Amino acid sequence: MDSILRALADPALLAIVALSFQVTGIALVIAVVAGVPLGAVVGLTHFPGKRLVTLVLYTGMGLPPVVVGLFVYLALSRSGPLGPLGWLFTPAGMIVAQVIIAFPVAAGLTQTAVEAVDRDLRLQIRALGATRWQSGWTVLREARIGVTAAIVAAFGGIISEVGAVMLVGGNIDGQTRVLTTAIVLSTRQGDFALAMALGIVLLLLTLGANAVLLQLQGRRR
Amino acid sequence: MRSRRLAQSIVIAVVVIAPAIGVAAASAIGLAAAAHRVAPAPQPIVLRLATTTSTADTGLLAAILPDFERACGCRVDVVAVGTGQALELGRRGDTDVLLVHAPDQEAVFMKEGHGERRDDVMYNDFVIVGPAADPAGVKGSTTAKDAFGRIAKARAMFASRGDKSGTHSRELKFWKAAGLSPTPTTALPWYLSIGQGMGETLGFAGERRAYTLSDRGTWLFMQRKLPNLRILFGGASIRENPDLDLRNQYGVIVVSRHKHPSVNAALAGRFADWLLSKATQQRIGAFGREQFGQSLFYANSDEYCAATTVRGR
Repeated sequence: MDSILRALADPALLAIVALSFQVTGIALVIAVVAGVPLGAVVGLTHFPGKRLVTLVLYTGMGLPPVVVGLFVYLALSRSGPLGPLGWLFTPAGMIVAQVIIAFPVAAGLTQTAVEAVDRDLRLQIRALGATRWQSGWTVLREARIGVTAAIVAAFGGIISEVGAVMLVGGNIDGQTRVLTTAIVLSTRQGDFALAMALGIVLLLLTLGANAVLLQLQGRRR
Repeated sequence: MRSRRLAQSIVIAVVVIAPAIGVAAASAIGLAAAAHRVAPAPQPIVLRLATTTSTADTGLLAAILPDFERACGCRVDVVAVGTGQALELGRRGDTDVLLVHAPDQEAVFMKEGHGERRDDVMYNDFVIVGPAADPAGVKGSTTAKDAFGRIAKARAMFASRGDKSGTHSRELKFWKAAGLSPTPTTALPWYLSIGQGMGETLGFAGERRAYTLSDRGTWLFMQRKLPNLRILFGGASIRENPDLDLRNQYGVIVVSRHKHPSVNAALAGRFADWLLSKATQQRIGAFGREQFGQSLFYANSDEYCAATTVRGR
């Protein structure tokens, strides 16, 4: 118990927590900025190949993080196509992997949220003289609960994953160690008490982040 | 009319999606590069060391690396994976230097030309641990080969690293020597190949009351968390280990700059020299003595052996 308290008070833990949120935070922003508009457009328009795009997004939502990690690892390896970037075993590489995991979730769930909005609403707004952009934006606002859920799901998916950040980051002490990989390390060393403590820290922080996201969703009608 | 609306939709979709992807890509590269620079304030020179879980988990590297980091004004990033993966990192040029313990695999690695130099660093030994009840009667074995034979004969539960690590390679050699051909595969119900590191494998063996082969360093480090296991062959310390075949030699390999121009071979060479120097070797030998009553690793670089009268081999 003593050693757990000491471990939790260790400044290294703060660095691990900070890195977890840096990596996941930046990846989430990128995935949402790219994914939500894309999902909205796919949801609102009809175009040849829409079913295929939808299929790709749905499949993307189920991508195993460790498989994404493996492909990103091979791509970023010195022997791989993006080797010269030197991003393997760095937070930059971890962000790339997490963007790939989060993007389909943000886009796909936004698409379904937008598609669920009553079509009559769009027709009404158009009839009142709204441009395509105005009507699209209004639909998005109507779907904001679903869009928030999309962002929350994307966040949950990447803050909790360990396969991709372990493979691409390498769990380097002081450089690429995040909460999930630290838990794996503690477990590997048989220090279950510390692993549990880290797990609880992760859960509490995720709870806090989601509370903030829910607040940003705004008033429910 | 319909086809015009369709065309409009496609145009809009493309006009929105393409910039979205473009913006995402640009911001990804920009933000990620910024995050990359955000970590330590002035970016020092980095040496990447791929090593095994045993050297990292025992705390040896955490204890001695700061000396090197101070001396060279650099940062050593330790990627701790199994020997197999570490060597693969070397083959891909993803690491500058290796610290591993699988002489046969190291020899192949050097022969393939991926390393420009390899030196002995330190050694310890392996021990066979298992349940106190000892159903296979390993305690009475004369040699490790004998012990493995007894385990196979009794079909007693055995937990294998199964991950191409140095420990795993040694284990397979013993099975072969004990006459098991082909070597045990996962098809045998008593042979549990879990594909994980030494710490996890020991924990697993404790839970399943199985035998396993462990390096003494990791065993000593984890012993108090493993009340169900005992050393059944190998003695209480390396001096008491009756079987020289259980000796476990660690080597440092500098990745070839010839084959992998991107590695920092010069700094890796300095690291190897430092690791083999008398002062560092003495620190390696002293590590853990106070905590465990015996050394976890025994220094035996050429330089150290020449400088002292203690024979390391």
